[in-house]
Amino acid sequence: MPQSYEIVDHKYDVIVVGAGGAGLRATLGMASAGLKTACISKVFPTRSHTVAAQGGIGASLGNMEEDNWKWHMYDTVKGADWLGDQDAIEYMCREAVPAIYELEHFGVPFSRTDEGKIYQRPFGGHMANFGEKPVQRACAAADRTGHAILHTLYQQSLKNDAEFFIEYFAFDLIMDDDGTCQGVLAWNLDDGKMHRFQAHMTVLATGGYGRAYFSATSAHTCTGDGNAMAARAGIPLQDQEFVQFHPTGIYGAGCLITEGARGEGGYLTNSKGERFMERYAPTAKDLASRDVVSRAMTLEIREGRGVGDHDDHIFLHLEHLGGEVLNKRLPGITETARIFSGIDATKEPLRVLPTVHYNMGGVPTNYRGEVIAPTADESDRVNPGLMAIGECASASVHGANRLGTNSLLDLVVFGRAAAIRAAELVKPGATFPPLNMASADKALARFDKVRHSSGEIPTAVIRDELQRVMQNNAAVFRTSEVLKEGVEKLDDVTAKMTDVKVHDRSLIWNSDLVETLELTNLVPNAVATMYSGEARHESRGAHAHEDYPDRDDKEWMKHSLAWIDENGGCKMTYRPVHEYTLTDEVEYIVPKARVY
Amino acid sequence: MVEFTLPANSKITEGKTFKATGGGNIKSFRVYRWDPDSGETPRIDTFEVDLDKCGPMVLDALIKIKNEIDPTLTFRRSCREGVCGSCSFNIDGTNTLACTKAIDEIKGDVKVYPLPHMPVIKDLVPDLNVPYAQYRSIEPWLQADTQAPTTERLQSPEERDKLDGLWECILCFCCQTSCPSYWWNGDRYLGPAVLLQAYRWIADSRDEATGKRLDDLDDPYRLFRCHTIMNCTNTCPKGLNPGRAIAEIKKALVQRR
Ligand SMILES: Cc1cc2nc3c(=O)[nH]c(=O)nc-3n(C[C@H](O)[C@H](O)[C@H](O)COP(=O)(O)OP(=O)(O)OC[C@H]3O[C@@H](n4cnc5c(N)ncnc54)[C@H](O)[C@@H]3O)c2cc1C
Ligand code: SF4
Ligand code: SF4
Ligand code: FES
Repeated sequence: MPQSYEIVDHKYDVIVVGAGGAGLRATLGMASAGLKTACISKVFPTRSHTVAAQGGIGASLGNMEEDNWKWHMYDTVKGADWLGDQDAIEYMCREAVPAIYELEHFGVPFSRTDEGKIYQRPFGGHMANFGEKPVQRACAAADRTGHAILHTLYQQSLKNDAEFFIEYFAFDLIMDDDGTCQGVLAWNLDDGKMHRFQAHMTVLATGGYGRAYFSATSAHTCTGDGNAMAARAGIPLQDQEFVQFHPTGIYGAGCLITEGARGEGGYLTNSKGERFMERYAPTAKDLASRDVVSRAMTLEIREGRGVGDHDDHIFLHLEHLGGEVLNKRLPGITETARIFSGIDATKEPLRVLPTVHYNMGGVPTNYRGEVIAPTADESDRVNPGLMAIGECASASVHGANRLGTNSLLDLVVFGRAAAIRAAELVKPGATFPPLNMASADKALARFDKVRHSSGEIPTAVIRDELQRVMQNNAAVFRTSEVLKEGVEKLDDVTAKMTDVKVHDRSLIWNSDLVETLELTNLVPNAVATMYSGEARHESRGAHAHEDYPDRDDKEWMKHSLAWIDENGGCKMTYRPVHEYTLTDEVEYIVPKARVY
Repeated sequence: MVEFTLPANSKITEGKTFKATGGGNIKSFRVYRWDPDSGETPRIDTFEVDLDKCGPMVLDALIKIKNEIDPTLTFRRSCREGVCGSCSFNIDGTNTLACTKAIDEIKGDVKVYPLPHMPVIKDLVPDLNVPYAQYRSIEPWLQADTQAPTTERLQSPEERDKLDGLWECILCFCCQTSCPSYWWNGDRYLGPAVLLQAYRWIADSRDEATGKRLDDLDDPYRLFRCHTIMNCTNTCPKGLNPGRAIAEIKKALVQRR
């Protein structure tokens, strides 16, 4: 059976899977370090989801007012509700400043201040002087910062002659019997051939899994493929119960309105016309952390103060900002509001609702991008040959709740860190060990089985069921009962996967098969999310458990690890949060109550 | 424009019709299909969709068709909000993005074809390797010999404003494949999308390679196949103006002579 596929073999020093911000930054760093580098992507690089990022990338440049990377670090630790690893957070916030200058030198068309410096705007949870008052830290290219960065990184990759394999769908890792990653198998959509990539280092940079939910700001291609490949290779998924709901998705369409809109002076009101965030977060108000604002909105709606015919959403006011600010600073969302809700933002408030936006969890790594596969007595054990960066990774800098602008930052800082580490570990042109054919054949057999799925239920039907379970049972607020039901319902979904039907059997651009393979990836991500959520008996960051409304540092200051088995079952273990920093320059920030 | 959309030497036949069951607010979508494995010529399938049970955009209808009627229908899509440039098709005779094109703007049947004059890989998926290679050929990255400072290079807001209308291009190639000059000379003429990008770097105050960039463009084919027909600007779904960018390049060439 697998013999019937035409297979092309490749050997590279490093393989990067994914060409979003993280994958491209790693690719260009590795290529320029002299490593023979290939980057595989299921979409053309500039179509990766990073292109959609709007508001900005965080760094304490201090272009608008005084700022300090230690304040940025404090905000990130607090935003993460102390579940972040502070060594990694220190690394990210310290490296942020040179990372942004590097992006500018690469050519990113940042907006400018009158002095010609990079323009920075306020963003949720970013404060001056350890939480005192909002600070302007988000470096912005209008409200298309992700577009600006992604296109620039692709251009730099071209400049560095990186090799791309575009519209190749990677479907499984090749693992040696001792657990070392040896490469990846990918399917070329254009001609239907299989490609076996062997590498000394494989880097997952495949983005998030927002499409596990019915309504998400994420693109259709955000299906958690890398997380699922890692899970199938025996790596646990970390902290997946922490799913970020962005306060301002467009009601109905789910498209995002950046937090930068509130950074520029926008605010939320309920049906009484009240600026309710003043009650929930007296200091930061509309610029509190996302989990805080999303919960406040949900409570307002629940208590009957939502707006609209069904009292089921909230107003976001921008009309007072005036046409000029909207045109100059927020042109993209003004256009989005017009197209997707027929609203003229200069005249009327936008209608918004908390919407799934970001996955804090993912493949566990250290601050160098190396994947962690813990054992009972080695909680930080590095898994040889494998790295993960960007939204698919859990470094963990975002802990239980990510701050806005810290994802784009995470991409470039850890993309670069992975390149530096790979250059230390891999000698260009080193000889390759024999490839574990059993592992490669197993992956091909799985592909072939999915391709020939001839059950009764179309992919779209099972996907819809999965998305609705996630939407209903792993929402902004959770209870033991709802989570338990979610676990049972997901077990049903897993069982139904044996009865899936693929209609298209071809190999050239078979998008029915692509979507089915993606569904086989969404399922383990959803399962890890629900099981981890069900097990965590506390409320922390984005995990708001109504039966356990408080954070419990004694019992739960630990990372969840969800181990998915061959039959789709899930077992939980835990590993400690790093309660130390990277250097002596900053001290560990001890947990305290989180007030905005 | 529709008659130009056919791949060479292929005749389009009438394909299958999928009737809607049970009434509702029905609209017909006439979609170009071509299966590379079948050995058959392309066909137009007709799908009836109940608009009361469908999102507002053409992409919503295509996804609904794929989910509920024919899972083999193939097209690119990702962001569904007009920023990734994946879902460009010829819709109702105009190149545009399916995810931002409202169905109710279209009178009568909705015709969905691949971008014109590109080789088709399958259904609505064209081969874009030629424009991608052309994009690379203009060296679309910042070039400067002057050592960068340790902080950011300074750029005044006025200098930065010159990039507006250029850097937002999403490489959807709607303009590229609407240009008659590109249809007939696509192997040698760079086309509007690529020229817009070339101008993006010429216009950037931080870039120091303007002379070299202009030298590379000063060519009867690469640049001067543009006859100011302006299809490109009329079709750009992001409201950009490649025709104007091309005119600016020509002006810069004249000025330095
Ligand atoms: C609407 C929106 C706005 C946002 N705004 C901001 C913001 O202002 N600031 C901020 O910091 N963050 C923002 N974020 C978050 C941020 O954009 C994302 O977290 C980040 O871009 C993820 O980047 P990535 O490189 O990890 O993955 P992605 O950009 O998602 O890229 C994934 C890559 O992996 C490839 N890939 C995936 N699976 C496969 C496979 N099986 N085979 C081959 N290739 C594969 C894809 O082709 C793609 O190239 C925003 C997110 C959204 C949804
Ligand atoms: S203006 Fe030039 S580029 Fe634009 S359509 Fe006309 S010929 Fe083509
Ligand atoms: S100029 Fe407009 S139509 Fe042309 S590729 Fe760019 S965004 Fe698309
Ligand atoms: S799906 Fe991204 S532009 Fe239409």
